[in-house]
Amino acid sequence: MIVQAIMFYVFASLAVASGVLVVSSRNPVHSVLFLIVAFFNAAGLFVLIGAEFLAMILVIVYVGAVAVLFLFVVMMLDIDFTQLRGGFVRYLPIGALVGFVLLAELLLVIGSWVAAPGMPSPAPPGGIPLTNARALGDILYTRYLFAFQGAGLILLVAMIGAIVLTLRRRADVRRQSIAAQLARGRAETVEVVKVPVGSGAG
Amino acid sequence: MAIGLAHYLTVAAILFTLGVFGIFLNRKNVIIMLMSIELMLLAVSINFVAFSVFLSDLVGQAFAMFVLTVAAAEAAIGLAILMVYFRNRGTIAVEDINMMKG
Repeated sequence: MIVQAIMFYVFASLAVASGVLVVSSRNPVHSVLFLIVAFFNAAGLFVLIGAEFLAMILVIVYVGAVAVLFLFVVMMLDIDFTQLRGGFVRYLPIGALVGFVLLAELLLVIGSWVAAPGMPSPAPPGGIPLTNARALGDILYTRYLFAFQGAGLILLVAMIGAIVLTLRRRADVRRQSIAAQLARGRAETVEVVKVPVGSGAG
Repeated sequence: MAIGLAHYLTVAAILFTLGVFGIFLNRKNVIIMLMSIELMLLAVSINFVAFSVFLSDLVGQAFAMFVLTVAAAEAAIGLAILMVYFRNRGTIAVEDINMMKG
């Protein structure tokens, strides 16, 4: 139990610290790397609480896809990021004020939150012990099948949208047009020249 | 001492606040604003999972997965829009994004 508490505090403090560095880092590349650290620590929290499948999904999806996408875009865009830093100090007070008020509200809500008196305490998971992934699949593929399909549809739309948005035809790059190549007939390709005997081909 | 639901909710609240704070702090940098949104979505997932485990109801974890899906789609589309915008205008400063302003 004490090990669990120590691990919780390690993961939580690292996640919060890297969150602070994400929003305050001077270099966006460092921001992305700290975002990866935050995701890893959140995955650690998930493992600690017993949601192993979601922790693995978090690492795969966030670290493997989203964070790499961010890193790719940050490095691909040729931007002077120091110029974008201007106004940092100007926005600090209002941002700190809004953040502080929001945090105070959230903590007040959490602090005063109690379960309703009539509510049954959560039953310990009995019966056949299921792994987390199996139990999740049991409800995801039955009760929430349509929502699951909808999630797949969202991903498909996002994929097509991203491709359509970023695809462009460049005029200065010669591309192979297979259809045009296959559609060429003999008439426009080969010319039969009658050469008189003894006069040469010129 | 035992780690309870309130501990996880507190971590999630702090992360969410950091996301909001980041949006206010980096008013000129769209990329960091997108990262702040990811941070907020992460906090929401932590809330979902914590409630799901402590109420022993697995639906929360299923919905955390949907949050993850939406976050991935949002990042992909947002960064694609950012790329196109940068290609057309040569800048991603937020204050220059005002072409649709009447």
